[in-house]
Amino acid sequence: MEDIKKIAEYLSPNEKRILPFIKEKDIQEICRKSALDKVAVLRALEYLQNKKIVILNTKKEKIVEIGVNGALYKRKGLPERRLLNLLDTKKIISLEEAQKQSKLSDDEFKASIGALKKKAFIELKNGKIILNTTKEEISRKSLEESFIEYLPLNIASLTPEQKFALDSLKNRRDIIDTREESIIEIEITELGKKILKQDLNIEDLIESLTPEILKKGVWKSKKFRRYNVTSQVPEINGGKRHFVNQASDYARKIWTEMGFKEMNGNLLQSSFWNFDALFTAQDHPVREMQDTFFINKKTELPASKIVKAVKQSHEKGVNGSKGWQYSWNEEEAKRLVLRTHTTCLSAQTLAKLGEAGLKELPAKFFAVGKCFRNETIDWGHGFEFNQTEGIVVDENANFKHLIGYLKEFAKKMGFEKVRFRPAYFPYTEPSLEGDVWNEEKQKWMEVFGAGIFRPEVTEPLLGKPIPVLAWGPGFDRMIMRIYNIQDLREFYKNDLSLLRKIKFWIK
Amino acid sequence: MAIISINKKIFEKEIGKLDEKMQERIAMFGTPIETINEQELQLEIFPNRPDMLSYHGFKRAFLGFLGKKTGLISYKINKPEKNYRVTVDSSVNSIRPYTVCAIVKNLKFDSEKIKEIIDVQEKIHFTLGRKRKKLAIGIYPLEKIKLPITFKALEPDKIKFRPLESEREMSGLEILQKHPAGKEYAHLLAGKVKFPVFIDAENKILSMPPVINSDLTGKITQETKDVFIECSGFDWAALNKCLNIITTTLADMGGEIYQMEVKYKRTYLTPDLAPEKMKINLDDANKLLGLELKEKEIKNLLEKMGHNYSKGIVEIPAWRVDVLHEVDLIEDIAIAYGYENFTPEIPEISTIGQESQTEIIKRKISEILTGLNFLELSNFHLTKKPDQFAKMGLNEKNSKEVLEIENSKTDYNILRKDLSHYALKILSENVDVEYPQKIFETGRVFCVSEKTNEISESEKLCLAITPGNFTEAKQVIEYLFKMMDLNIKIDEPDIQQDAPVHFIEGRTAKIIFEGKTIGYLGEIHPKILSNWRIKMPVSLCEISLEDIFEKLGTD
Repeated sequence: MEDIKKIAEYLSPNEKRILPFIKEKDIQEICRKSALDKVAVLRALEYLQNKKIVILNTKKEKIVEIGVNGALYKRKGLPERRLLNLLDTKKIISLEEAQKQSKLSDDEFKASIGALKKKAFIELKNGKIILNTTKEEISRKSLEESFIEYLPLNIASLTPEQKFALDSLKNRRDIIDTREESIIEIEITELGKKILKQDLNIEDLIESLTPEILKKGVWKSKKFRRYNVTSQVPEINGGKRHFVNQASDYARKIWTEMGFKEMNGNLLQSSFWNFDALFTAQDHPVREMQDTFFINKKTELPASKIVKAVKQSHEKGVNGSKGWQYSWNEEEAKRLVLRTHTTCLSAQTLAKLGEAGLKELPAKFFAVGKCFRNETIDWGHGFEFNQTEGIVVDENANFKHLIGYLKEFAKKMGFEKVRFRPAYFPYTEPSLEGDVWNEEKQKWMEVFGAGIFRPEVTEPLLGKPIPVLAWGPGFDRMIMRIYNIQDLREFYKNDLSLLRKIKFWIK
Repeated sequence: MAIISINKKIFEKEIGKLDEKMQERIAMFGTPIETINEQELQLEIFPNRPDMLSYHGFKRAFLGFLGKKTGLISYKINKPEKNYRVTVDSSVNSIRPYTVCAIVKNLKFDSEKIKEIIDVQEKIHFTLGRKRKKLAIGIYPLEKIKLPITFKALEPDKIKFRPLESEREMSGLEILQKHPAGKEYAHLLAGKVKFPVFIDAENKILSMPPVINSDLTGKITQETKDVFIECSGFDWAALNKCLNIITTTLADMGGEIYQMEVKYKRTYLTPDLAPEKMKINLDDANKLLGLELKEKEIKNLLEKMGHNYSKGIVEIPAWRVDVLHEVDLIEDIAIAYGYENFTPEIPEISTIGQESQTEIIKRKISEILTGLNFLELSNFHLTKKPDQFAKMGLNEKNSKEVLEIENSKTDYNILRKDLSHYALKILSENVDVEYPQKIFETGRVFCVSEKTNEISESEKLCLAITPGNFTEAKQVIEYLFKMMDLNIKIDEPDIQQDAPVHFIEGRTAKIIFEGKTIGYLGEIHPKILSNWRIKMPVSLCEISLEDIFEKLGTD
């Protein structure tokens, strides 16, 4: 008894409203009596089922309906009726004449002849139709004619005559259709029966708590309707930073925690800062249009002292180097490019340190930013990519420190297992590439390019060949791995439903 | 990226079993494995080591690294025999000034070796040769040639020979116009009055570098025993290195190297395989690597990398192109020592970390907007012309303020000049996603001033609300500035022409900060919405952040 009372406290207004009528087998009937629409009734029934008051059995039933042609024949009469009417006046008529005068199509005519022959209303002789039945028979409505008038019908409840008509019509084109319909049957459980026996207007319960109720103090004398706390509620979405920017911010945090200062600079750079200052010979393939985005504009070069030093470094070498031994062209250095790496920012930073007389050493800098290459777009490539850059300018910096910093960064990004292999970049020596272990794919994934800047880079910019550790890990593969994204194009797709669903960067 | 293919069977027979440990050694030698299967091993060769662009070149270096055959390898060089001479005519001076040549005898070619030698030639053309622009190599069966040889330039119509892969004789010009290789490399001879050719003692044309060889004299077969090799081009040092790489590779295949006299005003004997010498300071090496290696250890490590060492002097193989400075030798020491054997270390130096002020401000703006349920976007800096212009109601022909990319491989071929068109593009791509949609982006836009030709790159903020109206956008902007403790004024645009045309006239406002118009807000005009197939009202605002950075303090 207590249980039943408690269950009653859970009933929503709609549930209460339909409860008196659930004995009705037909949903339409419940709708009519409760004055609720079908959606509301079905939902309320589902809630009642959740409370084990009813069991809903969904049954599939086959319904015969009138087809496209059937609807037409219902108005104009079946083809065999039209032929019969003609024969009623002509008695004997040639086949061609009969079809012509009855205005039936080939199909209809053939079917009509078949149907009338089956009923033994006609005979065929020497290409002629001979009527062979009485006026009384002709005037009587056929089983098929009555059948199509009664449609739609449930197949399970057809009379033998209707079944006969169905069989004779089902192979003819579009006279009838059958479809499946779900029918909900309501079964009232033992619990339901008990509840129905109760007086349902047991209590007036508080639905939504309103300011009105609070103001009037209604809550003091009434109970709250119980909510089903386990039922599903609609999802909501909040505002969010783009996941790539969340990752970039995290990289910023790692570097600043390790004592690095952020470098900022333009995406559009002169070839001088992007290539020449980094000892990349002017005929190096990376400087071809094939690989790099050039803008059809020239830009200014920095102070002539640095330009001269860089020229010297390329042509004849500095600090005992042989240099590249070619004639360096200032105009080529003025060509404007979309930066191919954030390393151009490091070059500018070194030049500033040199200008300031190397007063603030040791110094550590980082950058996080977009870089560009002339590529088509597919799952693993794109023309824009994210790089994070770092330099350590320190008289005592060495190769062990380089791998120390990189290992630490990888670790903070969540990659414990790393390895470093020899590699080549025009501006670093020794150079390395770093791989992190991809546990899922069970293979190494290349992420770092790094090294110690060559004296041919540092001497012209700093004025002195101080060791500079430098790295520029591509960031995208790590982001893909962390968010479990398989396709790089997701980074720029801005599919709002994906952006709403994607997890926050929790690190 | 240069990749070499190595027959797995030959590798295992001549170097060792390709088990996991060997694969790790290959990676740690600086030649990453691209692919490996039952038949074949593919390695990436970095551009500083063209001497490893053949199997034999790789093997020579790698056996040293494995400690199996260390120290500088010396090759027997035979002096020129009678008529082993190439005369360089002064006519080539302004066209293709240099050549260096050699003869290699007693070769035993099989199909594998022929393939290797053709491959290495192609790969050097592509890398060190800068697609034959800087240098090109020719290899000829000696039995088809009558020595001595002349390198000279002739008028194109005086050049007549049957090039490789051709049925008939062609003139120099015809080759450039009709032959596939001719068409590919025609640009390298464009504008020249004369074309360079190698001619033998019987006046037969051997080749027209850097384009193509004669079919008669320029094809190596399994019957070929002796070959003539020439490298021609513009960079004397690179040509000599290239010749050294080719001749030593052929010598590794079993050939004997013979020098030739190359006669300019003075005569040179090539190839010259004398090692280069460079000083190395052991303290420099130890300091840069963070190691404490003794001289003996350094000597061993250098020998593993194919060098000789004695008393502070390193002898470097004549086929290495990458040793410009002591640091290149220090890297070799590091590679031989093994990158895996360095202990990572973080030095105890104290520096203060600091984020860029502009990044901090951008993040704060993002935080304020995400608090209002806005989603942040991230779009390309490159964009498509129709998106930037036609769809925004602008005529692209009238705008000279946009920066074009010279040679984009996609239809993203200009730099974006605003963020608004991207915001509308994203709304148009998300019409099936649940509304309301509130989006924003901060990022760089680009512009070139029509008057001063000055290029500018500046940081902007764009936000859009759909379904959204003027009031909502204005509320957001006012809230944003209030939260930053900054004052703005929102006013009628002065002259309608100055306001962006994608807004509805009368529902557009300018945003004034510190006396300057920093952007506009308004309701997007239905004809623009229809261009983007957006069926919901959109209100949008785009402002420049530069003056806000200025006010709140830059780096």
